[in-house]
Amino acid sequence: MKTVQSAEITAAVRKLAISASCDLEPDILDRLLAARDREKSPLAKNALEILVTNANIASREQIPVCQDTGIGVVFITIGQEVFVEGNLEEAVQEGIRAGYADGFLRKSVCDPVTRKNTGTNVPAVIHLEMVPGEKLRIGFLPKGCGSENMSGLVMLPPSAGMAGVEEYVVQKVKDAGSNPCPPVVVGVGLGGTFEKAALLAKKSLMRPLGDPNPDAKVAEIEQRLLQRINQEGQGVMGWGGVNTALAVHMETYPTHIASLPVAVNIQCHAHRHKEVEL
Amino acid sequence: MQRPIIDKGFFENLRPIAIPFEKNVLQTLKAGDLISLTGSLYTGRDQTHRRLVALLDEGRDLPIDLHGQLLYYVGPSPAKEGQVIGAAGPTTSYRMDAYTPRLLELGLRATLGKGSRSLPVREAMKKHGAVYFATVGGAGALLSKSIVKSELVAFEDAGPEALFRFEVVNFPAVVINDLEGNDYYEMVAAQRSGVKYEKAI
Repeated sequence: MKTVQSAEITAAVRKLAISASCDLEPDILDRLLAARDREKSPLAKNALEILVTNANIASREQIPVCQDTGIGVVFITIGQEVFVEGNLEEAVQEGIRAGYADGFLRKSVCDPVTRKNTGTNVPAVIHLEMVPGEKLRIGFLPKGCGSENMSGLVMLPPSAGMAGVEEYVVQKVKDAGSNPCPPVVVGVGLGGTFEKAALLAKKSLMRPLGDPNPDAKVAEIEQRLLQRINQEGQGVMGWGGVNTALAVHMETYPTHIASLPVAVNIQCHAHRHKEVEL
Repeated sequence: MQRPIIDKGFFENLRPIAIPFEKNVLQTLKAGDLISLTGSLYTGRDQTHRRLVALLDEGRDLPIDLHGQLLYYVGPSPAKEGQVIGAAGPTTSYRMDAYTPRLLELGLRATLGKGSRSLPVREAMKKHGAVYFATVGGAGALLSKSIVKSELVAFEDAGPEALFRFEVVNFPAVVINDLEGNDYYEMVAAQRSGVKYEKAI
């Protein structure tokens, strides 16, 4: 049995919130530079250069990479042997509140009916998963809605097959055009049920950029989708070229014999996400 | 005051444009042109637009005169001490499409954001002689360096959706919709598909 104080959770979430918005993961910068090197469109090449310069300024001056510092999505994976002293959910929300205030991050959460801003960026959306062991992992993904609004979900008939799945994903990214700030990361959830597919798509965005799915047949689909999207897509910022997406991440789960749910959750080029283990 | 650091090297060969616009400048701008904006502009996004149009519906005056102005779709992050503004890149423009024709009727001459506009907005722009620019999405830290002054004008309680007046120096942008009804995104898409570009409006 391991005991974790709620104050530790609050402190960890506060730190994650600030860092996720200001410090991009090094592998993202490498990917953006690689994209720049293979880019043919001069305007897209310049835009990729700007994105790298922007990330460097943000990290150096601790300014958010993007003014849309998102609605917080928090993935908590808690071992069955972990005991949390205090209120877990409150501890997480308090961490978000503190991080967004202390980090000068934008407060973008509002009531869906009145559109009144809560002024604190809480509540965050929390997903809790219980696993064996005595580890507590907190993943944080500040989700901007230029990209989030381009998401979609479809309940395909099984007869649509993988051809239908791939067509849906490619079309979703094409329809999104320049809105989600390409080059994007495309999260795909395949299988399960209506809500499971959406959660898988979101969760795939926590994966290190471009890491393939461990299942070889799924990894192959990811590669094929990435190629198609980069052939048919609008390119960086919709300004042409060969870099509409940096990666496709697909997660799968068994589904019903009558069903083929597909969810697409698009992430912008900053691919902001951070994780910590307590 | 922060020194603007965007100049050559980020975008090459930018054409300097003063805002508010000098006479007869807009007709010389073509879809795909790279420009750098210097002067003053107003900001607004979802709630700002909703409130402006609500005032018009009630027959009341707006807090600003939009005639001849440029409206930048942005909801900046808060400034730290010593900063003019926090990150301040463009937000996605289509969400303002429902409101834009009303504002164009008042003489708004240009909008700045990211992503494509609806056909009704493009038709209204053509009718009223207005243009649409896009800048680099997700580059809010860098773009903030081109903003040398920021003042709150209205709707303070809307937080990041308040209406601000910015002074900008060498703010980079691409002309998406010009006065002739061309659309740069559609030009790029046509080129990609190997078909001849034809204007939608």
